[in-house]
Amino acid sequence: MNVEVRATKTPAEQALANAFAAMRGTLPGEGAIAALRDEAFKRFDAKGLPHRRVEEWKYTDLRALMREAKPLAGPAGARPKGDIAPILTGVEADRIAIVNGRYEPAWSDFKASDPGVIFAELFKFLADNPEYLLGEVPGGDDPAQWLNTAFMSGGVALRIKRGTAVAKPIHIAHVFSGDAAAAMYPRVVIIVELGAQVTLVESFSGPDSLDYQVNSALELAIGDGAHVDHIKVGCDGDKALRVSTLGVTIGAKAAYKNFAFTLGGAVVRNQTFVRFGGEGSQGAIDGASLLKGRQHVDNTLVINHAVGHCVSRERFKSVLDGESHGIFQGKIIVEPHAQKTDGKMMTRALLLSDEAEADNKPELEIFADDVVCGHGATAGALDPGLKFYLMSRGIPAKEAEALLVQAFIAEVIEEIAHEGIRDALTFAALKWLGSRP
Amino acid sequence: MALLEIKNLHVEVEDKKILKGLTLTIEKGQVAAIMGPNGSGKSTLAYVLAGKDNYHVTEGEVLLDGESILDMAPDERAAKGVFLAFQYPVEVPGVATMTFLRTALNAQRKQRNEPEYSTPEFLKLVRETSKHLGIDQEMLRRAVNVGFSGGEKKRNEILQMAVLQPRLAVLDETDSGLDIDALKIVADGVNRLRAPDRSMIVITHYQRLLNYIVPDVVHVMAKGRVVKSGGKELALELEASGYAQFADEAA
Repeated sequence: MNVEVRATKTPAEQALANAFAAMRGTLPGEGAIAALRDEAFKRFDAKGLPHRRVEEWKYTDLRALMREAKPLAGPAGARPKGDIAPILTGVEADRIAIVNGRYEPAWSDFKASDPGVIFAELFKFLADNPEYLLGEVPGGDDPAQWLNTAFMSGGVALRIKRGTAVAKPIHIAHVFSGDAAAAMYPRVVIIVELGAQVTLVESFSGPDSLDYQVNSALELAIGDGAHVDHIKVGCDGDKALRVSTLGVTIGAKAAYKNFAFTLGGAVVRNQTFVRFGGEGSQGAIDGASLLKGRQHVDNTLVINHAVGHCVSRERFKSVLDGESHGIFQGKIIVEPHAQKTDGKMMTRALLLSDEAEADNKPELEIFADDVVCGHGATAGALDPGLKFYLMSRGIPAKEAEALLVQAFIAEVIEEIAHEGIRDALTFAALKWLGSRP
Repeated sequence: MALLEIKNLHVEVEDKKILKGLTLTIEKGQVAAIMGPNGSGKSTLAYVLAGKDNYHVTEGEVLLDGESILDMAPDERAAKGVFLAFQYPVEVPGVATMTFLRTALNAQRKQRNEPEYSTPEFLKLVRETSKHLGIDQEMLRRAVNVGFSGGEKKRNEILQMAVLQPRLAVLDETDSGLDIDALKIVADGVNRLRAPDRSMIVITHYQRLLNYIVPDVVHVMAKGRVVKSGGKELALELEASGYAQFADEAA
């Protein structure tokens, strides 16, 4: 009775199958890597693109949203004159450019002045470090992740050595470049060793009016006592479809802060899987989305407290204008022996139009009995009482709205420790507000 | 000369008639107290003057310097010099009091085609005013009214009034929720703002506030209209006799 009947492949699924058959011999990596690709594609092919009846993908029906599979993006052209990450212009950082899914030294500004920072092209790293097992992070059992593993075209590996405190942020800039829509599958590995400290920035950008596709994956291993601030900035082109999978393992007495800021893209899904593997650690997974038009942005989190005595905080805010659709799915899992877990999740959506839609799905799966866990979700329009108060002081309606929206979003942006990045995101939010009709 | 003329004003809120033919004139420089029992329409009058949504004027007019303000948005009225000190000041999370004051002042000046205040001028104005009201710099950095005590919120209203320098200030039950010390500070702040070109409407339920803000005239409202007007001694009479007499009169 439970035999799942696979319907005929959609054109996108068929195109993916054809592309994999044609390309599997030419994609980078041999032996174990090639076997990993085959296995991942086999698993993907059995299930197909996730759709609304797959609970984890309920609100982002990729089968419906991804009508076709674009061909793999070709090599990058010459480095453009402008900045490769629009919002972060002016933020001083070591930049690593991954263009069309491959590491591009000519587009990068990575000084690597710190001997504690080791960095290599992904497949060189995998060849030199056969003991590193790709995909051994939470979130591996997911169709988007399988597709990334099957098609991964390049990327980088970064190792922050034991005890190193990296002064400047390290910025991994994913860029789509080209005149015709294509797909890119970058993969990044980051290992932050015992007691190291680093600020990581990831950005995604590409041209407007081009329906390019991005399926990126990042695996991040955080060692005991390490501190990692991770800021992800989504400023994709207005027709882009992007799915980004992040898998994080956190050691003991470590601190991890993640902030996902999304402005661009037609369809975006940020899926984040975090596993606390050592006691006494803290994790904060925050985010802000500012959406308009028909944008669809899905932030999905799974926070797994595999051990006790860890604290997790999730705070997401979205501002939804036009006919945009903002989705937040957050699941906190507390495993049977993870006593003294403290997990709290809060999500708030501010709807600026009658046509915008917010979906919130918080879930708690608690198998331990001595824990403090909770969640809260709100969605609503601007408080008319607040707006009247501001207007009664002489502030025009549009300015009053902008001030209130800015205040709403600032509450989470202020959680970012790095001042320059905080200012850059605040400025981007102001610019977004200023561009409202 | 009249600054404000309200003629035969009828107002409905959610299909309920609240003001039923209210007529009232406020002279330039005059401090007028409006007293009356609960439900007489005092706060409705305050909101209608400030331009709150959902207060529907079905009849009558409101003229400021002879110009009708009923079609103006709240911010336009503010730029014309109307200010409402709220009975329940709203908390505005995430907006620092200083930013709020500055945005409001400059927005008004812009609408009036006046130059924006420079930073030093603005800071001097706020610093001097806040000192008199016992508002410290820390409070100015905090989000508007968030975590403020009742007294602090009311003092913040008067601070806004002092910075914005309105021509017509409407104080809606500014005394409610204040202890005697806070009341004195607030009244003192209001008295400093008395000026020949500034009129005030002081709405209160009790005579107590009028010991500190002494009115030029007292109007009594009942059932949506002004039913009696007189000098400041009228407030004392009411304190002794209560509002019951007007309930019958207006019925």
